[in-house]
Amino acid sequence: MLFNEPHPLETRVLTKRMHEPGYNGTVEAYERYGGYKQFLKAVEMTPDDIIGEVKTSNLRGRGGAGFPTGMKWGFVPRQSSKPKYIVVNGDESEPGTCKDRVLIENDPHLLIEGCLIAARVVGAERGYVYIRGEYRYLIDIMERAIDEAYRAGWLGQNIKGTGINFDLRAHSGAGAYECGEESALLESLEGKRGNPRIRPPFPAVAGLYASPTVLNNVETFAAVPSILEMGGKAWADLGIEKAGGTKLTCLTGHFNKPGVYELTLGFPVEKMINEVGGGVRGGRKMKAFIPGGSSCPVLTGDEAWPLTMDYDSMAKAGSMLGSGGVILMDETTDMVKAALRIMHFYAHESCGWCIPCREGTAWLKKLLTRLDAGSGSARDIDLVGDLAKNMLGRTFCPLGDAAALPTMSIVKKFRHEFEAKLSRPVSVPVTSPDQLVSLG
Amino acid sequence: MTFSPDLEARFEKLVASYPEGRTRSAVIPMLMYAQDELGAVTPELVAEVAKRCKVPPIQVEEVIGYYSMLHRKPQGKYHVQVCTNISCLLVGGEELYHHASKKLGIGHKQTTADGIFSLEEVECMGACSWAPAVEIDYTFHHHVTPEKLDQLLDGLKKPQ
Ligand SMILES: Cc1cc2nc3c(=O)[nH]c(=O)nc-3n(C[C@H](O)[C@H](O)[C@H](O)COP(=O)(O)O)c2cc1C
Ligand code: SF4
Ligand code: FES
Repeated sequence: MLFNEPHPLETRVLTKRMHEPGYNGTVEAYERYGGYKQFLKAVEMTPDDIIGEVKTSNLRGRGGAGFPTGMKWGFVPRQSSKPKYIVVNGDESEPGTCKDRVLIENDPHLLIEGCLIAARVVGAERGYVYIRGEYRYLIDIMERAIDEAYRAGWLGQNIKGTGINFDLRAHSGAGAYECGEESALLESLEGKRGNPRIRPPFPAVAGLYASPTVLNNVETFAAVPSILEMGGKAWADLGIEKAGGTKLTCLTGHFNKPGVYELTLGFPVEKMINEVGGGVRGGRKMKAFIPGGSSCPVLTGDEAWPLTMDYDSMAKAGSMLGSGGVILMDETTDMVKAALRIMHFYAHESCGWCIPCREGTAWLKKLLTRLDAGSGSARDIDLVGDLAKNMLGRTFCPLGDAAALPTMSIVKKFRHEFEAKLSRPVSVPVTSPDQLVSLG
Repeated sequence: MTFSPDLEARFEKLVASYPEGRTRSAVIPMLMYAQDELGAVTPELVAEVAKRCKVPPIQVEEVIGYYSMLHRKPQGKYHVQVCTNISCLLVGGEELYHHASKKLGIGHKQTTADGIFSLEEVECMGACSWAPAVEIDYTFHHHVTPEKLDQLLDGLKKPQ
């Protein structure tokens, strides 16, 4: 089911089928709309040619880090005698992000075909779709689609007479943000606590069961069939230089028309907010903008308006494109409270493995609680900034940075709001109740 | 221990889903599905999952405290999860959580005296563009207002 109206400025590549009237995501429907043809094409191509197309497409990982996918696939030692694995990261827990849900719910066979093509490239015979436990209904949908694919001969032994064998299973997580981090996910998939691993070796070389593993986000795998269909060059040309294709973008927060939209890379922020998202709610001013999930440094409205939605533009502005979870905050937003809520999350999700993150997030949460309650001191504001800065780069996995970066940026750019609270004893609600009703 | 035929079938499939000697991988999903049937992760379940996955019980024990969805105590018949993370917070998630808390008369991770509802303030659950969001057991509800939540909860409370 699609939860929001589509928008004419979308470029539908990954989501093209699900918008067809009556499309229900079954294997028959998927085949009717040309599904699984790209896998058959991949069988005719050499692994290097497929990797070449993916490299040409400029597809970068859609899970948040934006690593070039073709290059990652090239790191897998295909000649290794160990079994190879395909692992789909469907943990989707980055606050502000709800796009993998749209893909799995509406077109699960697209993901299966992406996995098949990756399996063809590296010679994997097994794959797992790791889906967060809260998405049980999506796990059910995925399982049904996998069963259909077996019945239709797209999974299993000697698939469609190609001599290729591939088994795929859905695997349930059990509630842990840290399990979205790739090495923690692999630990979790092996049945353990989701503590991250030391890298290198990277999953491409020693991933699941210490074997070579292609691990990508749901959207990354789902992009691959269209790359083979259109050709890497045409797919790249949808986006801009160094960032090809489209990105499922989640508009969240103070939009008039929040929703998940498929937009080309390099889409102007201004157009995205005012046209696709229907403008800032209530015609208010935009105070802050987060491009891709709560782990990204926060931009002020003024900083964000002239930018474009791509890796380089966001990096130049001091933030990141991240996962595609856009969070817009209008002028009524209490930034101290926002900083506190964000830190509350990271403190809760810190896996406790390393001290700077475990202690740092707990301490920051305490300080921000005090500042939000109006009982903090001016020294506390500096302390928050310093503590966050000291965490940066000193933690075992990137969750520490993910907690530090937004905090540092909020303190730096909205310091006046922290100062204003020093003399104000009561916290004001983040939104006024009248705004609540407007969404219905 | 014996389970429903559905759960037995699921266990069988799960154990066969991983390569030879890798049945430890089945531990977490098994706990999730069995917990739904039993209401909680009991000591007997730990022993049973350990036996079926061919791992020492300690390897089952150690994951329970780590994963937020695994719990040793039963929750209410309906487990109400209200997201107050940033995207929901911006559009009234916190007010919604307080509303639910007041209406049910319970706080975070508590269960009503009649055992019908339990409440949890949860982190982002992947419904940010359709916020504020509530998940009751495994069913998502989008754009939830206090009024809509009242209707939902009242509807569940009525004997079916
Ligand atoms: C704390 C943390 C949480 C993450 N959560 C997710 C997630 O939920 N989904 C995801 O695809 N990637 C997540 N990532 C990124 C993964 O580690 C990894 O980079 C990604 O899955 C690789 O796939 P891609 O190259 O296709 O993006 C997370 C990273 C960190 C550090
Ligand atoms: S940075 Fe945080 S989440 Fe990552 S290993 Fe350290 S404690 Fe765990
Ligand atoms: S922030 Fe509430 S569902 Fe994502």
